[in-house]
Amino acid sequence: MKPRLKPGLSFTLLAAALIVVPWILRWADMEYCLTQLTMSLYYAIVVLGLCLVMGYAGQVSLGHGAFFAIGGYTSAVLTTCDVSKWQTAAWLGWIKQSPFCMAREDLFGNPILTLSPWVAFFAAMALAFVVANLIGYPALRLRGHYLAMATLGFGMIVNKVILGTAFTGAADGINGVPEWNLGLGLTVSGKRALRIENYFIASGLLLLLLVLLHNLVRSRVGRALQAIHDRETAANAMGINTALYKLKAFVLSALMAAMAGVFLTHYTAGIGPSEAGALKSVRYVALAAAGGMSSLWGVTGMSTLLNYMSLRGLFGSYDNAVFGLLLIGIVSLAPEGPLKPLARLLRRFVGACRPPNAVGPDAARPDNGPARRASDQTQCLFP
Amino acid sequence: MALLEIDNVRHSFGGLVAIDRVSFEVAPGQIKSVIGPNGAGKTTLFNIVCGLLRPESGSIRFGDRSITGFKPYQIARAGVSRTFQNPSLFLQMNVLENVMVGRHCRTRWEFLGCGVRWPGQPKEEAAIREAAQTQLEYVGLAHLAECPAGALAFGERRMVELARALATEPQLLLLDEPGSGLNTREKADLGRMIRRVRERGVTILLVEHDMTLVMDLSDAILVLHNGARIAEGTPSEIQNDDKVVRVYLGGEMNHVAAS
Ligand SMILES: Nc1ncnc2c1ncn2[C@@H]1O[C@H](COP(=O)(O)OP(=O)(O)O)[C@@H](O)[C@H]1O
Ligand SMILES: [Mg+2]
Repeated sequence: MKPRLKPGLSFTLLAAALIVVPWILRWADMEYCLTQLTMSLYYAIVVLGLCLVMGYAGQVSLGHGAFFAIGGYTSAVLTTCDVSKWQTAAWLGWIKQSPFCMAREDLFGNPILTLSPWVAFFAAMALAFVVANLIGYPALRLRGHYLAMATLGFGMIVNKVILGTAFTGAADGINGVPEWNLGLGLTVSGKRALRIENYFIASGLLLLLLVLLHNLVRSRVGRALQAIHDRETAANAMGINTALYKLKAFVLSALMAAMAGVFLTHYTAGIGPSEAGALKSVRYVALAAAGGMSSLWGVTGMSTLLNYMSLRGLFGSYDNAVFGLLLIGIVSLAPEGPLKPLARLLRRFVGACRPPNAVGPDAARPDNGPARRASDQTQCLFP
Repeated sequence: MALLEIDNVRHSFGGLVAIDRVSFEVAPGQIKSVIGPNGAGKTTLFNIVCGLLRPESGSIRFGDRSITGFKPYQIARAGVSRTFQNPSLFLQMNVLENVMVGRHCRTRWEFLGCGVRWPGQPKEEAAIREAAQTQLEYVGLAHLAECPAGALAFGERRMVELARALATEPQLLLLDEPGSGLNTREKADLGRMIRRVRERGVTILLVEHDMTLVMDLSDAILVLHNGARIAEGTPSEIQNDDKVVRVYLGGEMNHVAAS
C-alpha cells in the first residue's frame, strides 16, 4: 500500500495551514492578497463539486458556471429588489414584520425593504436543485455524453437570459448586494475590517465540504459512483441504481456550485454575467482536470492556486487562453492530471533511496513484478 | 416450484432473432447448463434474465413474482447475480473494493448519511469490508485484497468476479463461460468451486463450452441453436440426442480432439 497520512491527521494539518496563512501574509505585509485568496476558496468549492461528478461518477458537466450564476443571481436579485414597491399587496404587511425581510438603505442612501439573505440563500438552493434535476433526469438516464451536451446548451441559455433580462441587470450585472449575517457573529462581507473573518468563513466552508466529500467517496456511495464510471453495465447488474446515483451526484455538485455563487456574491457585493459564461464552465473543467479529477485534495489545491493566480492578474490578458491551454495540455499529455505522475516520480525517487524490499504499490503482490501492472489502470479523462 | 421460469421469451437485434421463443425452468438448488455453438444466443439469454436486455415478448418469473421489464439493479436486489463472459471488474479499484461493490444492494446508507458518517454508517462500512473479505477468502484470493484489479491474471479476474457476484447474496447465479481462458488446473478448481457454491444453497445457471465440465457438473442441460431451444434433459440424455450431436456436440468433440 501507498504510504498515506491518516485522513483525520491530513485534515488537521490542512486546517492548521489555513489558519496560519493570514498571519504569514500579515507578517509579509501582503494582507491585501487575502481578498483574492478568499474568492479562490469559494471557486474551489465549485471545482470540488465538479470533481464528484467527473472524477467519480464519470459524467462531464459544462454547466457549472451556470449553476454558480443561478445561486449568485437568485441571491442578488432577491436581496436587492425593493419589495416595498408593491404597496398594495395584502401580504406585504405581514412580510414586512416577518424575519424574512430586511429594511436597509441602497447604494444611494434611499430606504428599501428586501428579502433577507438567508431567505435568498434557500431560494437559490431550491432553484438550483429543481433546475439540476430537470436537466440531469433526462440526460442521465441514458449512457454516454448526454449530460455534457445538455449542460452546455443549458449554460448558454442561462447566459443569454441573464444578458437579456432587465432585473438581472443585463450586461452590467447586479451591484449593491448586502452583506450576509450568518449568525454566530459571522458576516459574509467584503469590508476591509472583516477580511480575515471572511477568509476563515470561506476556508471553513471549503474544509467542511472537503471532509463531507472525503467521507462520501470512501463509502458505499463513492464506490458505486466509481463503479458506474468504470463499467456502467456491470455496476447496474451488481445492484446499483446507476441513473439515480448519477443524478444525485450531479445535483449535489450543482448545489455546491450554487452555494459558492451565493457566498461569493455577498462577499463581492455583486455579480456579473461573465460568471455564467461558457468560458467559466470550461475553466472549472480545466481546473478539475489539473487537480487529477478524482483526487479531492489535488482538485482543491490546484483550483485554489490557479484561480488565485488568475485573480491576481498573473495571466494578464491571456487569462482564458491559459485555462484553455491547460485543458488541452492535460487531455493530450497527462490524462490523469499532473499531480499523480509527479507523486509517482517522487515515490520512485524516495524508493530508490530505500532498501529494495517493500517498495511501491507492487509490494502487496510479491509474485507479480511491475511489468505485469496493466496499462488500463490510467484514468481516462473523459469516460 | 421452479426458482426461475422463462416463458416464450423472444429477442432480436435488428432483423437477427437472437432468442426465439425460448421457455425453460430452473429448479431451486439445481446446476443447469445452457450449451450451444457460438452465436446461439446464450449470452443474450443471460442478458435478458438479468435485465440488461428487455425481451420483446414473453415473461420471466423469479421465485413467486414476475421480473419481466425490471431494471438490472432491481433484479440483482431480487437475488439474481452474474459473472460476465469478458471479466468486467472495476479496474480503477482494488480487488477488495470490487467485491465490496457487490454488497451495495444489501446495504442502505445513502449520500447524506455517508457524507456525515451518521451513527451506524461506519459500522455498516466495516461490515461491508468484512463480508467482502470473507468472499475473497472463499474463492482463495484473500492475499490479493489490496492489489489493483487491473494487475490480476485472467483466471484471478474470473474468481474475483465470482466473489463479487456472491457478495450480493444471490439465490440464482448466472455464470457466462467461467472456464474460458483458464488452464486445466484452474478449470478443475473452478468445477470444485461451482459445486461448493451450489452446496451453499445457490442455484446455478451455467454457460460453458468445456463439455467435460458441463457433463460433470450439470443436473440438467438446455441446448440452444440459432436462438431456439433444440433439446433439454439430463447430461446423458443430451449426449445421446441425435440432433444435439449433429449440430453441436459432434463439432465440439472434433474441436476438442483437434486442440
Ligand atoms: N448487441 C448486439 N447487437 C447486435 N447483435 C448482437 C448483439 N449481441 C449479440 N448479437 C448477435 O446475437 C447472436 C447471439 O449472440 P450471443 O448471445 O452473444 O451468443 P453466444 O453467447 O451464444 O455465443 C449472435 O449472432 C450475435 O452476433
Ligand atoms: Mg456468449
